Amino acid sequence: MFPTLHIGSLAIQVPGLLILIGLWLGLSLAERYSPKRGIPAAHIYTFSITAVLAAAFSARLIYVFLNLNVFLDSPASIVSLNPELLNPFGALLGVALVFIYFLRRYKYNPWSFIDALVPILAMLTCAVDLANLASGKGYGYPTNLPWAIYLFGEWRHPTQIYEIIAATIILVSLWPGSHRTLFSQRGIYGLCVIAATATSRLILEAFRADSNIISGGIRSAQITAWLLLAVTLWLLFKRLGISNG
Amino acid sequence: MKSIRNAILKHPNWTIAIILGLGLLWILASRVTNPNADTIGIAQPHIGFAAPDITLSDQAGNSIQLTELRGQPVIINFWASWCPPCRAEMSAIEAVHQTYQGQGLVVLGVNAANQDNFAQAQEFVSEMDLSFQILYDTTGNVQDLYEVSALPTTFFIDRAGIIQEVVIGGPIAEALLNIHAEEILKEQP
Repeated sequence: MFPTLHIGSLAIQVPGLLILIGLWLGLSLAERYSPKRGIPAAHIYTFSITAVLAAAFSARLIYVFLNLNVFLDSPASIVSLNPELLNPFGALLGVALVFIYFLRRYKYNPWSFIDALVPILAMLTCAVDLANLASGKGYGYPTNLPWAIYLFGEWRHPTQIYEIIAATIILVSLWPGSHRTLFSQRGIYGLCVIAATATSRLILEAFRADSNIISGGIRSAQITAWLLLAVTLWLLFKRLGISNG
Repeated sequence: MKSIRNAILKHPNWTIAIILGLGLLWILASRVTNPNADTIGIAQPHIGFAAPDITLSDQAGNSIQLTELRGQPVIINFWASWCPPCRAEMSAIEAVHQTYQGQGLVVLGVNAANQDNFAQAQEFVSEMDLSFQILYDTTGNVQDLYEVSALPTTFFIDRAGIIQEVVIGGPIAEALLNIHAEEILKEQP
């Protein structure tokens, strides 16, 4: 664990720094390969910056709306820099709205645009897993396996390392510059990355000891990943023109 | 490999059903039967674990032990007088103390005395007009125990002595303080 980096009197939060580096690397990767999908590299940057701003705005807006009584008592908190005051579904909504705006404004094929943007997701997943390793979030269940790591008073599954390995395999094996004929069809590359990421989350979440639990001991992240996998598989088979008979 | 590919192409719906069925079985097989079983009784300065026990003294020499406060929600804020974000958030912490002390919330301000000047720390307390308990970590041992790597750092501990939230850095927004305070007030031991 390495949560903060001290440079003189400045304490930098390493997880946040890693996510920023991941975003920058993801943007560079997406920019490099977007022209072959018919999306100008400059538009990747414009989209990403707009999406980040829209995500932050709508995430805060939804958070404030859901905790309105608290913010009415301290309205100055609405513009606070605390990242904890953000709603993840609000962030997704912001990104979705910017995505729709770009599709309409520039008349892009939605599948090509997804293919062009997905390298950002693949790289960010690696960065988030590294950030979890730095912060200690996403720690695993106790285990006697020989590769267990000693963390928080127990020998545990090195879940963050499992996730880093899985994310790296997905990033490398589904490289955006791959010349596979399968990926020449619009949307297939993007759907494969999303399906692989959802499968990885579905499997590896089981080793985490800090999962959010819904009723019956079921982990909410696994349900989300399973639903995402179902939708992407259906779309993937549809795009490939595979149907019964 | 070729036969698997042919089977997938021939029966795509079955392929999707088998993959999703295996996924459902995995979800059920890996469901949590005893939440927090692996963290109960382990004292670690992280969310979901028991707050490490500490004993510190205030300016008058009165000592406070954290385990004695079991049954009451506790906010521990680590601060120093030279730290600008600590100064910026202190009025919000005082406001939370004023709002919720009647409901049993305890706010402890732990001065990082090993890296602060005692006179300046006292001046800070009187200047900010702080009415909650100020404790002094003169050796830095409590900061080490709580793995405080940046100031300010704030821990939200529920009635059962379990850490529910940790906010590293600041200034922390008053709304966030209120939301976390209400969360730990709701938690029952």
